[in-house]
Amino acid sequence: MKKIIANWGNYPSIESDEKTFSFPEDLATYVGREDRFIARGYGRCYGDASLAAKTVCTLQYNKVLSFDTKEGIFECQSGLTLDKILPIIVPKGWFLPVTPGTKFITVGGAVGSDVHGKNHHVDGCFSAHVMEMDITGHDGETHTCTPDDKADLFWATCGGMGLTGVITRVKFRLKKIETSYIRQKQLKAKNLDEILRLFEENKQYTYSVAWIDCLKKGKGFGRSILILGEHASVEDLPAGKKEKPLAVPSGKQINFPFNLPSFVLNKFTVKVFNFLFYGKNMKREINNVVSYEPFFYPLDAILNWNRGYGKKGFIQYQFVLPLESKNGLVEILHRISDKGIGSFLAVLKVFGPQDDLISFPKEGYTLALDIPVRNGLMPFLDELDALVLQHGGRLYMSKDARMKPEILEKGYPRLDEFKSIIRKYNPESKFSSLQSERLNLTSR
Amino acid sequence: MEKYVFIIGATSDIGMAIAEKYAREGYDLLLGARKSERLLPAQSDLQIRFGIRCNLLELDLSQTTTLAAVWNSLENKPGITICVAGFMQDNDEVLRDTSATLQTIESNFTGPVTLLNAIALDYMKNGTGVIAGFSSVAGLRGRQSNFIYGSAKAGFIAYLSGLRNKLFHHQVHVLTVLPGFVYTKMTAHLSLPALLTATPAQVANAVFTGIRKKKNVVYVKWFWKWIMCIIRMIPEFMFKKKKL
Repeated sequence: MKKIIANWGNYPSIESDEKTFSFPEDLATYVGREDRFIARGYGRCYGDASLAAKTVCTLQYNKVLSFDTKEGIFECQSGLTLDKILPIIVPKGWFLPVTPGTKFITVGGAVGSDVHGKNHHVDGCFSAHVMEMDITGHDGETHTCTPDDKADLFWATCGGMGLTGVITRVKFRLKKIETSYIRQKQLKAKNLDEILRLFEENKQYTYSVAWIDCLKKGKGFGRSILILGEHASVEDLPAGKKEKPLAVPSGKQINFPFNLPSFVLNKFTVKVFNFLFYGKNMKREINNVVSYEPFFYPLDAILNWNRGYGKKGFIQYQFVLPLESKNGLVEILHRISDKGIGSFLAVLKVFGPQDDLISFPKEGYTLALDIPVRNGLMPFLDELDALVLQHGGRLYMSKDARMKPEILEKGYPRLDEFKSIIRKYNPESKFSSLQSERLNLTSR
Repeated sequence: MEKYVFIIGATSDIGMAIAEKYAREGYDLLLGARKSERLLPAQSDLQIRFGIRCNLLELDLSQTTTLAAVWNSLENKPGITICVAGFMQDNDEVLRDTSATLQTIESNFTGPVTLLNAIALDYMKNGTGVIAGFSSVAGLRGRQSNFIYGSAKAGFIAYLSGLRNKLFHHQVHVLTVLPGFVYTKMTAHLSLPALLTATPAQVANAVFTGIRKKKNVVYVKWFWKWIMCIIRMIPEFMFKKKKL
């Protein structure tokens, strides 16, 4: 069915002929017949990665295949979303090994983007927990791979943006939990130096992330709130919650009903918002126990929050810089605050070591910020790209809608190896997206 | 068995939605379909998510002579039977192709009737049970665009109506479902009017409620009742000139 689709940034949008499937043979027929399409799940990557004139939607291919409640091993079809998995595993004392800031993504998407979470420095990316998966290749056949068996296919699929084929089945390990609650600590940092020091001092925490105010200049440059968390034990819970330690939160949502006009979001309103957000924490340190829902998915409570950025959409700009490039981080943050663009809030996190074929994370600082699309934005982002490269960093393909191919090439040292695996498993560029064409990952 | 539901034609989108609805409500399931191994993922899914038991049954409605035996060989018989099976092809193609004609009649009428007869006799004997059958608004008046499918569905409407009358006296309830347009794989290529089109989950809810409240006929979207009422009132000499 033809329809207009866009990913979470609402930029770009494109007309696409979308096909859904519920059974593997229907997918095999589609793959055999069609050309130049890309698999798409919930469309929560931000840019153009899962956009193409033809898309095959995995959302109906969403069955739970097995769940070993003793060993914590979960197996499902690729279109199952994390929000459906949590109510199944949490009551049995298990949690997702890695989760991004939204639960509205499919498992196929988690692999294709090799998503990371607040625990990257401890647990790595999603791919670190995948034991086995099936991929429907260009020949319509199912290829099973593991980190050791058909390893080239496996590692080119993790973070490979769907270019090796359609991921259809994933088996992964879960994380053991005693309760569904998080012991949370929030620390206020007056400036950038302090927040980076606090990250270092608190790296033993399983979960850590900071909200940073990108518009603040002068003494308070880089003021932030660091959010730390650990899965709570039963003893940590207040009396009323001890009887049902593994309760699943009800997950009530409110809807953002329409696109906000673009003028609403300007330097002034964002400054006010950031002031209030920073100011809401009166004390320097807050300790409390919260359900996993507000801790991991604060924005999921507002459906379609992306409409707040208006009809033209937004870019989420996310890069990582090596630890030794702290100066680079300072420079880039200065450029952003001088330009006065920027989002309500930007997210700062320190990644742990990782060195995979094409996955985004590597040890260092990662910053993600939403910027509404407007005139003059793209040239500015090109300038930022140059700085990111100069300081040894790179950009996240799942957030990208505009980088130039040379930025990808210079940021990912093993890109040639990745491309040669794509040529092996996707020789006719059957799996192809706007992004893969733009970045010369597939032929045009 | 009180909380055990048999779904005939479970691989369809509507069949799956009904299975999920009943599983969510804590019912065990028997899913019947041709090539039932295709339902293995659904079986694991429903069992893991809802903690119910889900069994699969190989069922070919074109093998009419064997259907009664398939039912009678079941050790544990579900107390609720929901027949979703049905099959629609392009009417002009079916008109030219004898085997497609027979297949249309078989999967929409002969097959379901043969199987439901056996189930009805059982329920009648026990004095308890529910049968829900899916017909179609296409069965309420033959139109040039789908009258072969429509006529088989019309036969099924008459069957269900008579069965309801017969089984009423044996404390067995029969529900006729006329779903109107539904967003499914069967209709994915059509552009359907949003107001008149239901999702499979809405159909499943309507069936669940219809059975619980012992409704006789359920239209999923209420305006269908009035649309079909008007269409049925158009005099034949006018109707035959329409391109419906």
